Amino acid sequence: MDQATTEDIKKHVRAYIMVFVALMALTVITVAVSYLHLDVTAAIVVALFIASIKGGLVASYFMHLISEKKLVYFTLMLTVVFFIALISLPLLGLHDTIK
Amino acid sequence: MQIPYTVAARPDTGLHNSKLGIWLFLASEVMLFGALFSSYILLRVAAPEWPHGSALLNVPLAFLNTIILIGSSVTMVMSWASLMVKDFAKYKRYMGLTILCGFGFLVVKGFEYGAKFSHGIFPSEDLFYATYFTLTGLHGLHVIGGIIVNAYFWGPGSKMWAREPERFTNRIEVAGLYWHFVDLVWIFLFPVLYLL
Repeated sequence: MDQATTEDIKKHVRAYIMVFVALMALTVITVAVSYLHLDVTAAIVVALFIASIKGGLVASYFMHLISEKKLVYFTLMLTVVFFIALISLPLLGLHDTIK
Repeated sequence: MQIPYTVAARPDTGLHNSKLGIWLFLASEVMLFGALFSSYILLRVAAPEWPHGSALLNVPLAFLNTIILIGSSVTMVMSWASLMVKDFAKYKRYMGLTILCGFGFLVVKGFEYGAKFSHGIFPSEDLFYATYFTLTGLHGLHVIGGIIVNAYFWGPGSKMWAREPERFTNRIEVAGLYWHFVDLVWIFLFPVLYLL
């Protein structure tokens, strides 16, 4: 990002507008799917899948993660590991055999 | 005293200090919201029954807020792109729009909260509303924080552009990273609370 030229920025701007359109379309799809009244598991999977794509687009393009420095990726990978631990630890409790 | 590496990248990290700083802060934010999401999952899975969000909450208003917040992310990134091509007037317009969208989000959220409060529904109502108000409340506080920072960079803070344009551009990039994160959290909150 540091040595971007005017031409580079123009390309970025085009990408931002395309991402914006994609995010709008995915938001409409998320709401539309909720009217299909899928069963709970399917609804959760679909909703989280679409949200992850949207989140990925925001992180990749708006937050420039498609072209970042190694240390940022390292920091985020560490965050992902801890985040997964945070989400799974309470779920492991569900399989606790001691009632 | 001069703060080092506000423009040039630090040789060992390859980043200017504020960018590494904001990513570390965002990592801590992921853990903060992660803890709340984790609690939400646990509470929901353990609850004998859990209402469908759309039966209790206003989906059209939340949909509108999603569009407002995504739109504000676009204007935010455009404000940074404007500075990259040295167009300060355009920066002011896009940043102004971002701040307005932030206020728009809060106004809509205010209507949603107001409708609940007027019906006597507060976080103490039940487990669903307790999680709803906690998650959206914390997110709302983040929106307020973002508006304050953005308003500073739109107003008095923008004087830096005349003296140190590169440093100011970096500041806007960093403020943008935070703002996009707030948008990202909402992208998950919307389906989780309103549509499932």
